[in-house]
Amino acid sequence: MTVDVNALIGPYPFRELPHPDPDVLVRVLDREQIDRAWVGYLPAAFHRDPTPGNAVLLRALAPLAERLAPVPCIRPDWPRWEHALGDAAAAGAPAIRVYPPQWGLGPHDAGMRELAIAAGERGMAMLLTVRFEDLRQRHWLDTAGDLSAAAIRSLARAGDAVRLVVTAAGREMIEEVHWGLTPDEQQRVFWDISWIWGPPEDHLAKLFRTIGAERFVFGTQWPLRLTQTPRANLDLLPDDLRSARMADASALRFSSPAVRRA
Amino acid sequence: MTPSPAAAAPLAGPEPLIDSHAHFYHAGAGRADWKAVNDARFRAGERIGITYHVASVLGSYGFSSPTYFPSPADVTAGNNAMLELCARERERVRMFVTVNPNYTVHALAEIERCVDAGAIGIKLLASRRADDPLLDPIAELAAERHLPILHHIWQHRRREWPSQEISDGADLARLARRHPRASFILAHIGGGGDYMHTFPAVVDTPNVHPDLSGSGVDRGMLDAAVAMLGAGRLLWGCDLTMDTGLAKLRALDAVGLDADGLADIRWRNAARLFPAGSFPRCAVS
Repeated sequence: MTVDVNALIGPYPFRELPHPDPDVLVRVLDREQIDRAWVGYLPAAFHRDPTPGNAVLLRALAPLAERLAPVPCIRPDWPRWEHALGDAAAAGAPAIRVYPPQWGLGPHDAGMRELAIAAGERGMAMLLTVRFEDLRQRHWLDTAGDLSAAAIRSLARAGDAVRLVVTAAGREMIEEVHWGLTPDEQQRVFWDISWIWGPPEDHLAKLFRTIGAERFVFGTQWPLRLTQTPRANLDLLPDDLRSARMADASALRFSSPAVRRA
Repeated sequence: MTPSPAAAAPLAGPEPLIDSHAHFYHAGAGRADWKAVNDARFRAGERIGITYHVASVLGSYGFSSPTYFPSPADVTAGNNAMLELCARERERVRMFVTVNPNYTVHALAEIERCVDAGAIGIKLLASRRADDPLLDPIAELAAERHLPILHHIWQHRRREWPSQEISDGADLARLARRHPRASFILAHIGGGGDYMHTFPAVVDTPNVHPDLSGSGVDRGMLDAAVAMLGAGRLLWGCDLTMDTGLAKLRALDAVGLDADGLADIRWRNAARLFPAGSFPRCAVS
């Protein structure tokens, strides 16, 4: 099963996106032969309170639940976030989205670590976004900056229950995080391939060889980026990696200790 | 998910395909894996179905002088490496001669030398802002010898950053208006910066032809380029990321570009811009 872990709906504040709607997303999944998508609500990344956006997301995806799984946004410095986490679990969310740079939360924020553990104990991954756009094209009001490798390492070290899905990272960040973790901590982190370079630099191939294909999941960052890119990258892998198998995102939510105990 | 099964047919289809923005490395490029990277470009090119790589070498790529401000010695060494590669790979490689316009005499001589040896275009790196008068003699020579100039561009660049001069679509359009007989390829709309500024900046300057290369794959970018400039103004290319090049071809197909428009972008516009006979395995009807 192919799952796009990095899809969104809704407008983006800094440029026009062509029809970022759930029914369009389903047509794109059909065209690209992608079975399911984990879907967030893009405006929530820029809202102070993500709660109303989560309600919009759940309503929008409800008719398409067989293909689109909601990934609500939860910020740990907002009152009653524990309730929001419970609501996400009740809605069957495989993961939650967080945006620490947009919220001004530093790399060692205690609330982020607490949220990562709490989500993991409920069988949900924490989905992080390194960037929405290339640094060189950003709007002058878009000052949050990229998610840092230090922030990812801090969350990966928070506890056994933590499962991270890091999206939109490039080779250097992936290597900096991976080799800065213990083998056990490395198992808590998965990377989507939406921003990793293919040939001729062959970053994806190098990462598959050094870190292992099983640490990577399929992701597109639709509707911000072309859905065709990650599959093109896989199609251009060197012959010896053509049978490499990435992680099955559909199984990620069942891999946390809490769920295994259940 | 596993990759699609290997197929004999090229991933981008059997029609001609010209990569108008490619680079190769050489022993003086300061990286031990230079040959592996070149081989990877050929490997991916075969799989995609690239008929010709139109490529340049950017001096020593920063090893003995900066990539975007190469010394004359590095320019010559890089061009020599590119000439050698062209000689070895006559069937699939064509050459841009790279020059630094701060060294006018050297630049003009290097163009003459390399074009006489087979180069079919000129590569400029923003060693000088695109509308600087120092580029005028190069543009005049380009027009005289029917050589397109591929100019490095940072889309909508509004301030100084390290490592290269400011050069964006508006700057290149000013140069192109001074030289209406010359053709200019505006580098990599997906290569960084705000491409949405570039399209209106060059729309009224018909001798500027943006290439689609670069790692950027923003949705809406290709649609906007085709809508504002038309398929007849655009060139396909990869630059440093061939996966995004393949993705863009698939996306152009998905957005419903007709066969004529797709052929223009894949190869016909390049065949028209470069000197006649540059691509014998492609034919303009």
